[in-house]
Amino acid sequence: MLRKILTFLTFLAVISVSAVHADQKKIGFIYIGPPGDHGWTYMHDQGRIYMENALGDSISTTYIENVPENADAVRAIRKLAASGHDLIFTTSFNYMDQTLEVAKEFPDVKFEHATGFKRMDNVSTYSARFYEGRTIIGHIAGKMTKTNTIGYIVSFPIPEVIRGINAFYLAASKVNPDVKIKIIWNYSWYDPGKEADAANTLINQGADIIVQHTDSYAPCQAAEKAGVLAFGQASNQEAFCPNSHMTSIEDIWGPYYAAKAQAVVDGTWSSEDTWHGFKDGMVEMSPYNTKLLPLDLILEAKNMESAIENGTLHSFEGPIYNQAGKLVVKEGEVADDGMLASMMFYVQGIDGEVPQ
Amino acid sequence: MSIELIIGILNIVLISTTPLVFAGIGELVTEKSGVLNLGLEGLMLVGAVTGFITLVLTGNYFYSLFLSIISGVILSGIFAFLVLNLMTNQIATGLALTIFGIGLSAMLGKKFAGTPIDGLNPYYFIVISFLLVFSVGYFLSKTKSGLIVRAVGENHNSAYALGYNVIKTRYLTIIFGGVMSSLAGYYISICYAPMWQEGMTAGRGWIALALVVFATWKPWRLLVGAYIFGGVAIMQMNLQAVGVKLPGQFFNMMPYLATIIVLVFISSNKLRLKLSAPSSLNIPFEKNQ
Repeated sequence: MLRKILTFLTFLAVISVSAVHADQKKIGFIYIGPPGDHGWTYMHDQGRIYMENALGDSISTTYIENVPENADAVRAIRKLAASGHDLIFTTSFNYMDQTLEVAKEFPDVKFEHATGFKRMDNVSTYSARFYEGRTIIGHIAGKMTKTNTIGYIVSFPIPEVIRGINAFYLAASKVNPDVKIKIIWNYSWYDPGKEADAANTLINQGADIIVQHTDSYAPCQAAEKAGVLAFGQASNQEAFCPNSHMTSIEDIWGPYYAAKAQAVVDGTWSSEDTWHGFKDGMVEMSPYNTKLLPLDLILEAKNMESAIENGTLHSFEGPIYNQAGKLVVKEGEVADDGMLASMMFYVQGIDGEVPQ
Repeated sequence: MSIELIIGILNIVLISTTPLVFAGIGELVTEKSGVLNLGLEGLMLVGAVTGFITLVLTGNYFYSLFLSIISGVILSGIFAFLVLNLMTNQIATGLALTIFGIGLSAMLGKKFAGTPIDGLNPYYFIVISFLLVFSVGYFLSKTKSGLIVRAVGENHNSAYALGYNVIKTRYLTIIFGGVMSSLAGYYISICYAPMWQEGMTAGRGWIALALVVFATWKPWRLLVGAYIFGGVAIMQMNLQAVGVKLPGQFFNMMPYLATIIVLVFISSNKLRLKLSAPSSLNIPFEKNQ
């Protein structure tokens, strides 16, 4: 009898809850790391919070953090899809196939996959042109390095990361033809200890500027300790390394997330590919460090930002050669988005090979 | 290679290997007494976050170290109570401890993630880690108490029949292991990468566990093994940085691979004895047998 009463009460509760929130849209996020990483995931979480503030009561959000990029991701995404979420953001490149797998099972749920390139009727992709920021920091690094050696810590060999290395190197070698970059692949997005080891190894090998494409602020901290310069990643990391942090490339997801959530609320959502940069405010540079950078260099960097914004400067302007010496972008042309999205080669001048 | 470069590499190896030595030597003593504690990762994270929060709040390294140690005593004490008094399954309880520690540390540290702190010089801990390994080696092979720990781990019924307090011995070794793990965590969040971020130990607890098996329960082999694991990891970074192409994923799995190979070897009983695996490992002790 007691059980029957309880069941009935639960039923009532469920009815009333769903009645109250009948038109509230549920929006879910899958995070690769913890929101407290002060890097990649942190910025997605900031985007989520921005979206919540912008849309108020018309939406509610949930997130699952630390989801590995393997079969576990399918379970996590499916869990959100099965629990009535209307829109799900999967915020890492290697959730690509997992997102599509779940999307096929739930045609009514909308999916947004970050940094990927496979789309379906209910799967959009979106990314930011981080490489535009890498062009700026490459330019600064080329001018600031004294040893002509720049240490570059990277996660996984995927197009986004390789594009970043190339954009950085093209800009750096343009202002300093003698510049060399030393690259360490960590094969993890997030391991503060290992990122610090990599930074120290690079500094030990003569690098006087540390660049990272991993998610914690350990490399910047290691640079601070060793007295060399560094660029932050994803969010403004100045607080952790005030004497070595020149600037960071910031990912600004909030306005995009709010727009997509609004589209779901209005019923106007459609599958599309979004790739925004400085122009649409999806990528921003943190305030340039006036203690470390000469004023004219800061002005140059700011001018480059506006040149990229209004289209007079492109990160991949020809002529660009690959390592084998083959011309891949002709003089007077710029690399098209197709080439950028699938970029798996180093440009001429970078030592070493792209890991397979 | 210049001398500076080599010294620099050694320096990085020392700094990055020390947490493995701490967690590994603690687990070695725990396992020598016949208890398998799979909770290292959780203990490390809680030790890391407790030390970090205390340092942020008080600015005092001594308090932060002390509270970090206390966190290890409490958590491993709970683990000991569960597996020794309530005789729960050691593997399941250890895994639960890890999962609990990951969650607890994330919850405690939420407000403190991303607070900048001044790190502590790692060299104190590096020196202590070496002293510890030698003391544990001496303790286990040359002192009466050390022999009791081993007797309890080899055959708890005989040890009990001889009048040794099996439960008390195991309580002490489990708590020692817990304290060492929280020290490893403290070292990571205060010296190695001075910060708090969720899950920042990034699997080092598991590598330390693998290390104990790899070292076949011998303290000096543990030290050597830890430096092989740490050294290989740093060497491959150095080779990458000079442009040598290496399979990075392979190096990430190397500690586990090496451990599986050792496990394959010691799965035959004769070798197991020769390689000094404690015979009562993971077997619960009941007094009234």
